[in-house]
Amino acid sequence: MNQHTQKPHEILESPDFKQLVKKRWSVSLILTFTMLVVYFGFLLVVAFNKQVLATRIGEYTTLAIPIGLGIILFAWILTGIYVFWANNHYDTAVENLKKKIK
Amino acid sequence: MLLSLLLQASPSASTLGTANPVSIGMFFLFVAVTLYITYWAAKKTKTGSEFYAAGRNISGFQNGLALAGDYMSAASFLGIAGMVATKGYDGLIYSIGFLVGWPLIMFLIAEPLRNLGKYTFADVVAFRLRQRPIRIVSSVGSLMTIAFYLIAQMVGAGGLIKTLFGLDYEIAVLVVGCVMTLYVLFGGMIATTWVQIIKAVLLLSGATVLVLLSLAKFDFRPSFLLEAVSTQYGQEMLAPGGYITNPFDALSLGLALMLGTAGLPHILMRFYTVPDAKAARKSVFVATGFIGYFYLLTFLIGFSAMALVGKPAIESIDKGGNMAALLLAEQTGGTAFLGFIAAVAFATILAVVAGLTLSGASSISHDLYVHVFKNGVSNEKGEMKVAKRATVALGILSIILGLVFKGQNVAFMVGLAFSIAASANFPALLMSIIWKRFTTKGAVWSIATGAALSLILIVLSPTIMVDIMGYEEAIFPLKNPALVSMSGAFLMGIVVSLLQPEESAALKFESEKLRTYLGVGAE
Repeated sequence: MNQHTQKPHEILESPDFKQLVKKRWSVSLILTFTMLVVYFGFLLVVAFNKQVLATRIGEYTTLAIPIGLGIILFAWILTGIYVFWANNHYDTAVENLKKKIK
Repeated sequence: MLLSLLLQASPSASTLGTANPVSIGMFFLFVAVTLYITYWAAKKTKTGSEFYAAGRNISGFQNGLALAGDYMSAASFLGIAGMVATKGYDGLIYSIGFLVGWPLIMFLIAEPLRNLGKYTFADVVAFRLRQRPIRIVSSVGSLMTIAFYLIAQMVGAGGLIKTLFGLDYEIAVLVVGCVMTLYVLFGGMIATTWVQIIKAVLLLSGATVLVLLSLAKFDFRPSFLLEAVSTQYGQEMLAPGGYITNPFDALSLGLALMLGTAGLPHILMRFYTVPDAKAARKSVFVATGFIGYFYLLTFLIGFSAMALVGKPAIESIDKGGNMAALLLAEQTGGTAFLGFIAAVAFATILAVVAGLTLSGASSISHDLYVHVFKNGVSNEKGEMKVAKRATVALGILSIILGLVFKGQNVAFMVGLAFSIAASANFPALLMSIIWKRFTTKGAVWSIATGAALSLILIVLSPTIMVDIMGYEEAIFPLKNPALVSMSGAFLMGIVVSLLQPEESAALKFESEKLRTYLGVGAE
């Protein structure tokens, strides 16, 4: 297809590349799992034990409000963590591997 | 200019349903500006990559705003604010579900999607599988998602505009259908992207001003707002109420909202407008931030409307509370501000239907015409011609559907669109990216199962059988079918792939990795 047709196979078999793919998915899956646990955990509390969320933490403010808004903030922070990791670690490793192809 | 208008406005009885000069003026200004952008974009929209993907020249930040624009529909602006205003805290549970799909898009599909695909998400599913069968089923999945979402938007638009401007339903549907067709037909993805960006900025700033005006009545202390809600309507408004009682219902709806987001064709298509995977990543971060902020605003708008306008007043205009945000705008900022927020809501609908139509047209021209009827070989001119004809056809179809479904209860269609997206589109997309032994047959069965189960089960669910057809009880117990339909789609995909391995697909998976992870050869 192009000038890389010989070498790509070696890259794919290299420990560096395998390590990179493995690392990428462990980061992704840990973050995915965290998000799923937080979100479905919240739904389960809503379904089974909603009185807990009605607990007042201020004069009128309930526990449900900081938790609900906190999940939204948390989801955003998780995406930020991924971007930070990918920009600092993933991209550098990708650049190094791509140099080897050429 | 707007502020001076606000200052002289004086609150009075609602002027909803009468022609409001500010809203009409604002609306015409929005249409004029966006049509001018379309004219400008038309000169830059010659090739396929420009029409479908804005020449891949959109920056990560711009695409993040555009994604937020695509996602923040009038339904979520007016609907969620209305839900909070009438049911209290439960509205927030909905918003959370709509938001948490975004991190998953980031972690699981954004970068591989950008690296493997060209114009549609079917490019990714078909990458190492047999083109024809995959393109056929995935375009059916795409078009079904788009059609149900589009009907809900068009019917909502007609009704909303009637309430807001006192304009006839039919005229409203016609105007929305024609203007959005112009955007897509002449300006393609470049115009559609800028319409989304402008709309997102208008919506976010309009909602921010609305929140500030409302909080001003509470000395800018949210705790005073909560106090007002609690003393007027009871403390139970500030905690989860009767909205979720059955845990399986909660799980099923949660899955549909969360993973449906990751299977919406018009959202997935946006990832091809940026130059590379790094920008795709950035755009999800930006989009998640803006959408999260928007849901925080709708939460405050809902409670403010409940406290300041009052539940009875909101429910007397619309049972579902859809007019809560608008009534609040009128109360806090007067007729002029109501006009501004009404125009923003109209712009929101226009932008969302334009995005949907563009992704539907791409599915028809790129997936069906090129890869099914022309066996993957087509000249760009022919493909563009088909894409433009498909745009016009979809524009006409959306107007007809808007008219046919007038007065019908179509609220369930958004849930159905999310269920199909979560069951037909998402599982096949995810498995094609991460699973080596995924096969053509597995993909076809997975998509078909997800779509068919979603459709059949929604008809048998309480959403249709009880709420619309008026039966005492439904055959299928869950309000949203995603729990069953999505599990079914994954299961079918896995079982069929294991039963009949596809050697060539597994072999290609290895070489595909270079493109998936390093972006080598990505378009």
